[in-house]
Amino acid sequence: MSVVNYARTLQKVILNIGPRCYHRWVTTASVALRIRDSKQNFRCRLWCGLLTPVHYQYSTEGNTSKAKQVPADLVDKLERLALVDFPNQEGLVCLKKAIRFADQLHVVDTEGVDPMDSVLENRALYLREDVVAEGDCADRLLQLSKDTVEEYFVAPPGNIPLPGREEC
Amino acid sequence: MAASSAGIGTLLCKNINKQIEIFYPTNRRYTWCVIRRICTSISRFRCQGQIKRKSAPKELVGVVGLEVHAQIQSITKLFSGSQVRFQAPPNSLVSFFDASLPGTLPVLNRRCVEAAVMTGLALDCVINRKSLFDRKHYFYADLPAGYQITQQRRPIAVDGTLTYSHLGGTRRNTLITKSVRIKQIQLEQDSGKSLHDDRRGQTLIDLNRAGVGLMELVMEPDMSCGEEAAAAVRELQLILQALGTCQGHMDEGQLRVDANVSVHRPGDPWGVRTEVKNINSGRNLARAIDYEIQRQVGVLKNGGTVQNETRSFDRKSGFMPEPNLPPLIVYDRPSTAPPCVHPSQVVVLEEVRAGLPELPRARRTRLVESYDILPEHSFTLVNEDGLTDYFEAVVKETKAGPRKVIGWVNQVLLGLLHHHSLSVSQSPVTPQMLAQLLNLQENGQISSSVAKQVFQELWRAPGKTAQQIIQEQDLGIVSNTTEIHRICQKVVDSHPDQVQAIRGGNKKVLNKLMGLVQKETKGRADPVLVRSILEEKTS
Repeated sequence: MSVVNYARTLQKVILNIGPRCYHRWVTTASVALRIRDSKQNFRCRLWCGLLTPVHYQYSTEGNTSKAKQVPADLVDKLERLALVDFPNQEGLVCLKKAIRFADQLHVVDTEGVDPMDSVLENRALYLREDVVAEGDCADRLLQLSKDTVEEYFVAPPGNIPLPGREEC
Repeated sequence: MAASSAGIGTLLCKNINKQIEIFYPTNRRYTWCVIRRICTSISRFRCQGQIKRKSAPKELVGVVGLEVHAQIQSITKLFSGSQVRFQAPPNSLVSFFDASLPGTLPVLNRRCVEAAVMTGLALDCVINRKSLFDRKHYFYADLPAGYQITQQRRPIAVDGTLTYSHLGGTRRNTLITKSVRIKQIQLEQDSGKSLHDDRRGQTLIDLNRAGVGLMELVMEPDMSCGEEAAAAVRELQLILQALGTCQGHMDEGQLRVDANVSVHRPGDPWGVRTEVKNINSGRNLARAIDYEIQRQVGVLKNGGTVQNETRSFDRKSGFMPEPNLPPLIVYDRPSTAPPCVHPSQVVVLEEVRAGLPELPRARRTRLVESYDILPEHSFTLVNEDGLTDYFEAVVKETKAGPRKVIGWVNQVLLGLLHHHSLSVSQSPVTPQMLAQLLNLQENGQISSSVAKQVFQELWRAPGKTAQQIIQEQDLGIVSNTTEIHRICQKVVDSHPDQVQAIRGGNKKVLNKLMGLVQKETKGRADPVLVRSILEEKTS
């Protein structure tokens, strides 16, 4: 079978199998395609490269064993800090997956490398002159709010109360 | 921020979930005296306690650390081009960035950077050539973005010193100089204002103040009582006003001071801290701190423990680097700045340092040197707004020496101003009037006690000149020696016992006779002459 047909079959396979499994197939496919060295192969490699999803290389099971259980008070703390609701078991499963995904960062060796804050660190910080250039648009801003009282925005008092764990 | 109602100060010890408000009445007549008595005795004790009681068992002393938020005096806000003004219609000074509408980005105000650098240099700080901006995340209705842009990791200035003085000693006329270390000075955004409507269970938000530039000055806990804290804040106010970086009016919220108060025995580890917030004047600050120290000492003496009711903002979480702002670089000299950059885009330390005005410290030294007055006098002169100018104006126009003028300005004038709660600019007696009065005294036309009387008259009826008052009430000095002799003779004759006592050696009784003579002459006689005549007659 020609390489292009192989790639097309692979694509069908990817779309039919669920997202949990296809990553392993695609990695082996991309390895297989690298062996041949022709113009057609290059196109196929590119195509398969585009087909590989971003999150395809989970770290080995050994690294994630320590992050397997997410304690309940950590979940509460996260809910309070981020104001995100983890209403049920599905949410917790999603959280665990997110943690495992982030654990990939531990695979990289950063010995002796200074941390960066952003990729724009070496640019000059622009300093603005102290001249009034904006403001005076109270009516436009107040239109955006559901509730206003005489040119003030209205908010519920204090912090937004979170329901207790039993109430979910 | 809750506004304090007239006449009652509030002490807020904040808990995350609830607010405990402690009212301490500031009603003048009764409780003001009570609080003052307790405070001065305990605060003086505490401030001097470490010297006196070395051998006795260690007493609890207070430890006070201050966090000061000074609103930068600039035309526009820190990261946006909307105006900074004290009172304006709600939400009229708000730009899209201040309302944190999506798609807006911060643009740093050059004036705020210069203000922070000037303040750092004035407080002998080390200026970080490269400082970074962070986001501090917390949820509150007056913080529309959900985070505040601040400089936690690497602030613009660190490791400074604030040297302050206050009048202490038994008669409060000795200048005690102390210093407190400044941990860091950082640039940060202010939050909006929230008005709580408890009746309807809602909060009204005004974002006019959101985004205004603040300098947060964190001081180490080197102070031990309310008086020291108030003196340090006063000195900081004077420095910031002299630099022009902050107007320092605590009642308008331009200078906000939070005090962290704890008590411990010297040598032991520090006790549990509580925070004292929302104070709108230096005097209330001293009172609130002393009250809190007393309260904690009372709790500990009764065997209880002090509850830590502060917000946990020194937590380590909730910070992340600000991704939209690269590091802020400050250059040493114009030559070290990158060559192809416009001068308006660089802040050069050398230029800022050269542009620093006369600081209060230097002003006090200059007054002492040029007028030959005591440090205590110059401290009072600089401490009171406008008093230095008043003093210099009087000295220029009168031939009385500066030392005499100081006595009049610091004691007579200032006493009356405080009594009537007036500022120097509101004084009914102008420097020219005082200068005229002193000239009359110097010329010998009136005696010193008459001069004081005339001053009181000038205060009450400022339309008249000193000359007019003297003529109207016939207060001119009595120089007719025969008249004085006659009066002295009369006094001596009518008090033979006192004369006997003086002849016996008790010279102090002479003062009593002098008082009687002065009463006869209505204070118009020259005291030196009267004394010499009386001494002659009683010898």
